Amino acid sequence: MSLPRILLGVGADTMDYATHVRVHGELPDLGRRSRSGLPPPLVSELTRAALRGRGGGGFPLAAKLDTVQRAKGTPVVVVNATEGEPMSVKDRMLLEAVPHLVLDGAYAVADALGTRDVVIALDENLRDAEDVIRRAVAERPQGRRRDGQPRIVVVPAGYVTGHETAIVNFINKGVPRPMTQPPRISERGIGRRPTLMSNAETLAHAALIARHGAEWFRELGPGDEPGSALVTLSGGVRSPGVYEIEYGSHLASLVRAAGGVTEPARAFLFGGYAGTWIDAAAATTLRLSRDALRPLGASLGAGIIVALPQSACPVAEVTRVAGWMSDEGASQCGPCVNGLAAIADTLAEVCEGRGGRDAFNDILRWSELVVGRGACAHPDGAASFVTSALRVFATEFDDHAVHGACDACARRPVLITPRERSAVA
Amino acid sequence: MSFQIDLDPIKCEAHGLCAELLPERITLDEWGYPLIDDTPIPVSLEGLARRTVNACPTLALRLRAAANGPRGGGAAPARPSRSRTAG
Repeated sequence: MSLPRILLGVGADTMDYATHVRVHGELPDLGRRSRSGLPPPLVSELTRAALRGRGGGGFPLAAKLDTVQRAKGTPVVVVNATEGEPMSVKDRMLLEAVPHLVLDGAYAVADALGTRDVVIALDENLRDAEDVIRRAVAERPQGRRRDGQPRIVVVPAGYVTGHETAIVNFINKGVPRPMTQPPRISERGIGRRPTLMSNAETLAHAALIARHGAEWFRELGPGDEPGSALVTLSGGVRSPGVYEIEYGSHLASLVRAAGGVTEPARAFLFGGYAGTWIDAAAATTLRLSRDALRPLGASLGAGIIVALPQSACPVAEVTRVAGWMSDEGASQCGPCVNGLAAIADTLAEVCEGRGGRDAFNDILRWSELVVGRGACAHPDGAASFVTSALRVFATEFDDHAVHGACDACARRPVLITPRERSAVA
Repeated sequence: MSFQIDLDPIKCEAHGLCAELLPERITLDEWGYPLIDDTPIPVSLEGLARRTVNACPTLALRLRAAANGPRGGGAAPARPSRSRTAG
């Protein structure tokens, strides 16, 4: 079977339960542990499917399940649909278009773990999706074991509030900030219980694997990275939006599916504001797989690609986002607080032609200095975004360092942060 | 069994005592936050490392049994015993 999988039968409206069952079939009961004590069939299917998390970490779901299963206490399953990345809209799309696929995945995994406790974590900006989920839950057949009432938690919007430890911290203590690990939430999370948290898309894939099996899942994509993925493609393309791609397919065919570029791209941003820039020249033959992206220091992250048009000013774009990322930190870890602020301030000076002769060396030094020194990976991501930009846009940065702002600096932003969004509204 | 030093970056408030007590393993960055060399601590430094951990005003440091094999290797992280930081 080919694409689409997750997006199969998706139209303008929310897919209701009857349509969902007609399109995908009933969710089989693979969650029960057999009498002989073997793990539930779902776990072995997920293991053979090698389904990896789609929230950015890329951790195998089966391994997560295994850790949670071994930990003491009744587990909690959390659907992470907190769309912290401003350039991603896939969580919104999933919740609003195919809520039953996400619910299926959550219930199937909860069954396999022998728990009924399911939490759906949304961020504030997805409040309208909350109603869609509630309606979807009410629509499902009653009296089925797996269809308990999920708890919906609305997490404050923010870049790091959707981090898994921040969600647990928020539910436990009302504090939406990341926590130091260990303990891992898979061992001690919500209410100190083992917590399986997974991205909404990952669970939607799990719902399909439960139906069609691992072999079916592996029919798409390379052997070591099977399956499909949702990608939010935006920037200078004719039809920005969420697309389902096969791992290993070409970036060029994704861009074609989006109607092509509106003008030649200068570069592509992979993985959002914690991601990596790739020069358009290097991107023309690029495949969308871990193997192809890793040598470039990049990954799809939560499934985000932005085409930066040639007419945009990369220096202004990068400087603006770096400032926002600095402000979006949780203000908890010193190196992140100080390092990201220093990087952002110096970039702003460079952008206006006021950066000193050491500006670039300083930025690179700080970027190296912050990596691995936060409770979460926020500083690492922000540093990757900036250092890859300095590499790919070296000409433009040098030009600004000498001449200051360019004509394109004041153009309408391509990279949006909630600041621009509220300015537009 | 050898140990290494873990830092809780949220608790750390850059008092800097650690770098004074254990310069063999801890230096400070330009903002005063510790940079920790996480290679295993030799027996000769163990007592000093323990004192350093206990001297941290915000209890941000912890001695942890070093993972076997190369850095970052090893299986699931051993459940950290809390008493180790206190004692």
